[in-house]
Amino acid sequence: MAEEIIIPGWKKWLEDIGEQVSFFTRFVKNIFVGGFEWSEFVRQCYEIGYRSFMLVGITSFIMGVVLILQLRPTLVAFGAASMLPKTLSVSFVREIGPVIIAIICAGKIASSIGAELGSMKVTEQLDAMDVSGANPLQYLVVTRILATTIMVPILSVMGDVIGLFGGFLALNLRDHMSLSLYATKVLASLDYTDFLPAFIKTIFFGLAIGFVGCYKGFHSARGTESVGLAANSAVVTASLWIFVIDAIAVQVTSLLFYK
Amino acid sequence: MEEATIKHQTEKKAPVHDKKEVVIEIKKLKKSFGTKQVLTNINLTVHRGENVVVLGKSGQGKSVTIQCIVGMLIPDSGTLKVFGEEVAELNEKELKELRIKIGFLFQSGALYDSMTVRENLEFPLTRVLKLKDHAEIDKRVEDVLESVGLADAADKMPSDLSGGMRKRAGLARTLIVHPEIMLYDEPTTGLDPITSREISELILNMQKKYKTTSIIITHDMECARITADRVVIMNDGEYIEEGTFDTLHHSKNEIVKSFFKDIS
Repeated sequence: MAEEIIIPGWKKWLEDIGEQVSFFTRFVKNIFVGGFEWSEFVRQCYEIGYRSFMLVGITSFIMGVVLILQLRPTLVAFGAASMLPKTLSVSFVREIGPVIIAIICAGKIASSIGAELGSMKVTEQLDAMDVSGANPLQYLVVTRILATTIMVPILSVMGDVIGLFGGFLALNLRDHMSLSLYATKVLASLDYTDFLPAFIKTIFFGLAIGFVGCYKGFHSARGTESVGLAANSAVVTASLWIFVIDAIAVQVTSLLFYK
Repeated sequence: MEEATIKHQTEKKAPVHDKKEVVIEIKKLKKSFGTKQVLTNINLTVHRGENVVVLGKSGQGKSVTIQCIVGMLIPDSGTLKVFGEEVAELNEKELKELRIKIGFLFQSGALYDSMTVRENLEFPLTRVLKLKDHAEIDKRVEDVLESVGLADAADKMPSDLSGGMRKRAGLARTLIVHPEIMLYDEPTTGLDPITSREISELILNMQKKYKTTSIIITHDMECARITADRVVIMNDGEYIEEGTFDTLHHSKNEIVKSFFKDIS
């Protein structure tokens, strides 16, 4: 009896995994099909990148300020206040910046893509595009996923810079350090093993955010309620993927750089 | 005046498909969703240039039939041939080529709401027909907008259009690629009687202008009266009777009579 309940759930889960693999394969295939939608791609980069910049900037700035204010008492207690720029820059660039910014992007971008495509499905726009002989994957999916894959790393780098600047201002609330000294300390404490793995994982974060948003939107049900569900599910799944990718990235980075 | 109208209707409803090419051929088509059998035994032949209206109650599978024709749904069994080709056996490329020959007008119009009416119309020209000549694209857009009476609405967003205008714009977008077959999914649903009549007359005029073969799914009797060369009545997943509007008007079948009971 119990098996009768569990098997359909597993079957549905496996079907969903298979559908996701198929959707990803079709996405990759459609990148290389002729007639890339450059204008839509640029529009999506603007929508995803430029329109998320303020949110990412403010969040990163606050995170930089908060981290310095939280770190300072501990480091001062150990007489290591001079380590503040190094501690902040390493933790922010390696981990906190990329993950927080990716989570912010998942909330804003994946939900927006999920809701937009879900709404297009409910109002039969996806069907209309499909039966007209046009390629909705090429126009809607390829452009959005590639735009997030490119824009999330860029937002992440900008977020790192703004967050570190926020840290500088927070540091000067109690102590006095010139911007040039702060920048020197920050740059001296970072090398490519801090920046490069973090940058590479943000590419995968962007890919996951775009893919999940498109997949959830494309596979939403027909009712209006499903638009909200698609948006919600996109955020939750993309956030989960970000942590999974982060965990894998940490393992890979540790093996490669921090033996 | 009334006699003249009836005479005109009767003349229009005379069989037009004798010896004409068969463009859609459906035999013993079945389709189910889970345990629910929606289409149980659909048989239909549509000839070139013919307007076939499918009448039936809601939830009887009228739309499922045309979704099978355009390859959106795969039938469980039976034969469904369009231009002599079995739709279920077409590969992705062949299906795309077939879909270019088939226009599908959705109930809502299904306009892309992030684009203006003009961009909606340009979309199939640039993405499906791969036209690059801006002069030709502009000419086609102006022509089709003129045909559906929306010449002034080219730069409006779909959200700024009324229900009737959305249907007209949707029709324009479908017709702009000059399809050979038009499938209309309840084209007058949700419209007031005057606008419904305008849309029905527009469908008829467009059929004459673009020489399309049409299947019109509806439960609007006025739409059926205006547009149909032949009416097919659907009940419980199969077509139970067919004929001209006037023939069916005098049918002895109780189900058929129930459709025509409010028609004088």
